[in-house]
Amino acid sequence: MSTATGAANDAFRESVRSWVEANFPQELKDQPASMEGASDGDLAQALDRWRDALAGQGWGAPTWPKAYGGAGLSPAEARVISQEIGRAGGYNPIPLMAGMGVTMVGPTLLEYGTDEQKAKHLPGIASGKIRWCLGLSEPNAGSDLAGLATKAEDKGDHFALNGQKIWTSGADVSQWCGALVRTEPQAPKRDGLSFVLLPMDQDGVETRPIKLISGASPFCETYFNDARAEKSDLLGPLNKGWSVVKRLLQHERASQTSARGPGAGGKSESLQALAKRYAGETADGKLEDADLRARLTRHLMDAEAHRLTAERITAEAKGNAEVSAAASIMKNSATNVSQARSELMIELMGYRGLGWEGDSFRPQEIDTVREWLWGKAISIYGGSAEVQNNIISKNILGLPETTQKG
Amino acid sequence: MAALTEEQTLIRDQAEAWVRDEYPVTKFRAMRDSKANAAIMADAWQGMVEMGWTGILVPEAHGGSDLGYLTFGLVLEALGKNLTASPLLASALVGASALRLAGSEAQQAAVLPGVVDGSIILTLAVDEGARHNPAQIACAAKAEGEGFVLTGEKRFVLEGMSATHFIVPARTSGAPGEEAGLTLFLVSADSAGLGRKALSLVDSRGYADLTLSGVTVGADAVLGTVGDAYPVLDALLDRARAGLAAEMMGTARQAFTMLVDYLKTREQFGRVIGSFQALGHRAAQMFTDQQLAQSCAEAALASLDNDAPASTVAEMASLAKARVGDHLHLVSRELIQMHGGIGMTDEYDAGFYLKRARALEATYGNQAFHRERYATLLGY
Repeated sequence: MSTATGAANDAFRESVRSWVEANFPQELKDQPASMEGASDGDLAQALDRWRDALAGQGWGAPTWPKAYGGAGLSPAEARVISQEIGRAGGYNPIPLMAGMGVTMVGPTLLEYGTDEQKAKHLPGIASGKIRWCLGLSEPNAGSDLAGLATKAEDKGDHFALNGQKIWTSGADVSQWCGALVRTEPQAPKRDGLSFVLLPMDQDGVETRPIKLISGASPFCETYFNDARAEKSDLLGPLNKGWSVVKRLLQHERASQTSARGPGAGGKSESLQALAKRYAGETADGKLEDADLRARLTRHLMDAEAHRLTAERITAEAKGNAEVSAAASIMKNSATNVSQARSELMIELMGYRGLGWEGDSFRPQEIDTVREWLWGKAISIYGGSAEVQNNIISKNILGLPETTQKG
Repeated sequence: MAALTEEQTLIRDQAEAWVRDEYPVTKFRAMRDSKANAAIMADAWQGMVEMGWTGILVPEAHGGSDLGYLTFGLVLEALGKNLTASPLLASALVGASALRLAGSEAQQAAVLPGVVDGSIILTLAVDEGARHNPAQIACAAKAEGEGFVLTGEKRFVLEGMSATHFIVPARTSGAPGEEAGLTLFLVSADSAGLGRKALSLVDSRGYADLTLSGVTVGADAVLGTVGDAYPVLDALLDRARAGLAAEMMGTARQAFTMLVDYLKTREQFGRVIGSFQALGHRAAQMFTDQQLAQSCAEAALASLDNDAPASTVAEMASLAKARVGDHLHLVSRELIQMHGGIGMTDEYDAGFYLKRARALEATYGNQAFHRERYATLLGY
């Protein structure tokens, strides 16, 4: 659906299109948007060129103010940019290269940061040159995030951090970290927390990658052993970190509400075509497996209902990027669609949907299997499905809270 | 649990204690990490042979104990709990059943004692595509001289790397899709022209693809009647499905035990998470479902021991494979979800159960296959 209506938008789209045509390196066309980027030297160079060109336009984070590396554009204009980049067979590498920077840390900094903090951190994020990770969950503080134990002790000009974080995505390749830590041990759980920013390249920080059921992962365990965070890098007021993080997590949910799944997207085969290829079809073109056909239909209707709802919410918000409790609804719905899709895919592929490795399977088959396994995390991270339901029942329906103890 | 005889209770208790004490999941993990081609736990397999489990379905005349399918199911259920990897189901249930259903007295005498002492490992090589579809067999068996020449491919053969002999349904006449024209052959793994390739699947078990390029076998390799194997193959698969349902119950029960233990010990928000009704009620529903699934698995095994008519056995086998499959699917998914992040890590065992669950579901017909078959059997 085109969001560009009216002459002004058309002119903007036109100018974006010709800029993309002039600047997008053709060798990157249809390359996968992998976190690791290209290991191939030429591709890596092209990717750097492309990143710098985008950063020069302020298009790494187009809606941010120009002073902080953005382009001062509206959300609708930002969508035009990503549509035009997609049209050329490319993607914007900056949100990936910045880790949690563009989607979560940046928007929170814009809201809570001092002018000094914004000037110090935002340009590095918007250019894709500084990658950020987040230190939130701990082994004993998952859904109950406020129960976390990592301590930050006041050392005059800085805090000394001690404790363990888990699920710090990209910690081993990030330069900076935003961490939720306990600054007031005596206060009730949520009242003694603060949000600090600290550089990862220091003696007091150690990271260890986590292997998942799907294989290697971007996740790490991160250990703070007298790690140093400057006082000037405290984001928001002291002991008000919980409010900062609540906002941060709303930005996260907002970035997770599109129902992506293996094989989704315009270029790849539709699920129904894939089903016919693996499970066979009758002479009149119906899926051979009638039971699978009925369940596939239920899924496709779910996916369409989700897509329509996302469109309706966008239309009702009139391009306003405000995040709200509706993000919880969309996150759970997106999770259901994407996990159901993965389960259907491995089922319809039979044994070919169970390949782990080796040349007996097509690469797409192995990818589907790994994505199916990885996808089990979607209903766990960023606030589990159960936590989202708590938010919906409390914040939207106004039902009494049941999880608050201490 | 079905009303068991004293002997069955003894075997079940022995199997459960053995699995619990000797073969915790760490043993399965070690086998997975070793990436051994055959993908079986060799010492566990040796132990099974010594305890006589390979002879549970073999007549006493051939060295077995002939205790029946329900007894075999009790052992498989115990093995399913800790994912003990062995060719017990493939050889001593499916293989031995094939010989008993279709083998002559001479063939049984030649093969079954070896199945019992473990020197012969049988497995059924039935499917040729990624999805179970026995009627679609295309593998050709051409009569030549006194015997036959087999040409074709068999895919995703269970325990295909550790097997010494394959039971191969092949087409002596007719076309793929037709039930008539199939014949069962017993083919040695070291036959000239037979190639096998190990496959790496999510559950880290020993699957293989077979290529038969003009494999010559004698007339004595035919099990049963030439061209009329479909009803036997169907009966054999139903025995395999009933056995699988028992193993799947063990896997599901253990996954559920892990899940409930976690609900009782993991604390968040100042209390154990099992005290949240959103989780507790889901566990209660899963337990209800477990009880229903258990009844189906046991009824399928009992129908075999009671010599029920083939149509009844078929109904019960499809009921069991579908219902137990749905149950295991649900529990394996909830096992990860209720564990949260820790359940996603390879270091934890939950992922093994999810991966094994999907492989067991797909084997010899998934839930959709068996619901469809159940409808056909009931005549609608």
